[in-house]
Amino acid sequence: MNKQTTLYLRTAIAWFFALLLFFPIFWLGLMAFKTEQQAISTPPLFFFTPTLQSFHEVMARDNYVGYAINSLITSVVSTAIGLAIAIPAAYSMAFFPTRGTVGLLKFILSSRYMPGVGALMPIYICFQYFGMLDTRAGLTLMFMLMNLPIMIWLLYTNLRELPREILEASRMDGATVVDEFRHIVLPLAVGGIASTALVCMVWAWNESFWSLNLGAANAGTLAWLIASYSSPEGLFWAKLSAASLMAIAPIMALGWFCQKQLVQGMTFGAVK
Amino acid sequence: MKRLIPRTLLTPAVLSIAVISIVPLLITLYYSFVKFNLLSPGEHEFHGLENFVFFFTDGAFLPALTNTFTLMFSVMLVTVVFGAALGLLINDAFPGRAIVRVLLISPFLVMPAVNSLMWKNMLLNPIYGLFAQVSLLFGHAPVDWLSQYPLVSIIMMVSWQWLPFACLIFMTSLQSMDREQLEAAGMDGATYLQQLRYLYIPHLGRAVSVVLMIEMIFLLSIFAEIFTTTGGGPGFDTTTITFMIYQQALQAYDIGAASAGALFAVLLANIAAFFLMRVIGKNIAK
Repeated sequence: MNKQTTLYLRTAIAWFFALLLFFPIFWLGLMAFKTEQQAISTPPLFFFTPTLQSFHEVMARDNYVGYAINSLITSVVSTAIGLAIAIPAAYSMAFFPTRGTVGLLKFILSSRYMPGVGALMPIYICFQYFGMLDTRAGLTLMFMLMNLPIMIWLLYTNLRELPREILEASRMDGATVVDEFRHIVLPLAVGGIASTALVCMVWAWNESFWSLNLGAANAGTLAWLIASYSSPEGLFWAKLSAASLMAIAPIMALGWFCQKQLVQGMTFGAVK
Repeated sequence: MKRLIPRTLLTPAVLSIAVISIVPLLITLYYSFVKFNLLSPGEHEFHGLENFVFFFTDGAFLPALTNTFTLMFSVMLVTVVFGAALGLLINDAFPGRAIVRVLLISPFLVMPAVNSLMWKNMLLNPIYGLFAQVSLLFGHAPVDWLSQYPLVSIIMMVSWQWLPFACLIFMTSLQSMDREQLEAAGMDGATYLQQLRYLYIPHLGRAVSVVLMIEMIFLLSIFAEIFTTTGGGPGFDTTTITFMIYQQALQAYDIGAASAGALFAVLLANIAAFFLMRVIGKNIAK
């Protein structure tokens, strides 16, 4: 096979699989603009006059905006607080490693392997006691704690890549740790911090376990709203699709826009 | 003084993680040894090993254990094998590669609740679903996926979510390979299979461990996909340990038995993490 043929073939196969994997989302999007009748027509409809009817119904009945605000607040705030805790920790471990650092890193990561159900009962009862069930503060706290171990790891692997010599030079000039961080480390690490924030925001936005078990109509996130469609309402496919599309659109747009950073963020510095 | 600042910086993180991982664990440990049902209030009297016996002899226990591992390993296998193949395919430039990457990241961004409801209704429904319609088109009888092959259906949904993730991580990893080495191999007449065997696959080692590490966190605690589709059924066909504990706690209100199960889940996760850590210790933390 000559080079040209290989390229054509590779292009065709790559596009085929990419479109195949994307197809369910495309289909969901199409469904959202159909009437309920069209949504379950057989054979399936590809061409039809789009309608916004389902979106109107979701907006009117389900308080979409309320759930969207909950999702936005919990994912952004949990990520921000998480960074405030994780950055200093990662900085400390990357630039002032001790004999215990590797062990500590392993402990931090292995804590993330503890399944949520392992902590569900105590946390549920605790939340109940402090009146934190179905509050945004409670969910924000859980999302933050859930992402913290991975945040520290991602930031640590990022910061470790920075050349140590720069810091040593500045230390001789008498800079304090805080100065060092602000003026030298932060500007160099800002890309890594941004990708970490992005990854954690996606995970918080899509989080279902804590949202379903600790949230309800008040503080429930979009994941909670969509799960409520698993009951008989799931039979209304156009409405379900419209609600689903609205639930995934914001984070999908963000992810498309920052696709490279998102993937880079998840490589844990394993890719060089 | 020199030691003080780094330690201060570390304290909030270590404290939060210790509190969130150790305190609930201790409380769960306590609950697992007492009689505690939310439907029958009263003193938490000591219950010995009853809760453990109850949980381990539950008819759902063995199926749940098998399902948990079948689900996890199947998804890992599918995503790593196909992800690597796809990653190799899109490694070199071709027209529209940027758009292909955007299409590929999309399933990863879909929340599990949407993923499972979309599959359950619009794709797998035996009458109106797309799969049924396509098989009718080819003259086959439609398959009722969620009741005939429930675990396979869940594996499909979850693999769909994680395959593109694995693929993109692998591709990013391949991008960083030494071009000169590859060119030299090509000039020396190494076939593509040889290059694959001696250059590409060894290079992917670290990326594979990263993918497995992240996937395992999420696969061990799969919840929404089961909650919104099969509810663990039919029978116990899609009940996992996670889901079984959830049912004991929030559907049967038996906190004692659920806690015994939770301790088991923690043990399981730690065993899994231990083996993973050994690999990762080599591959990631230096």
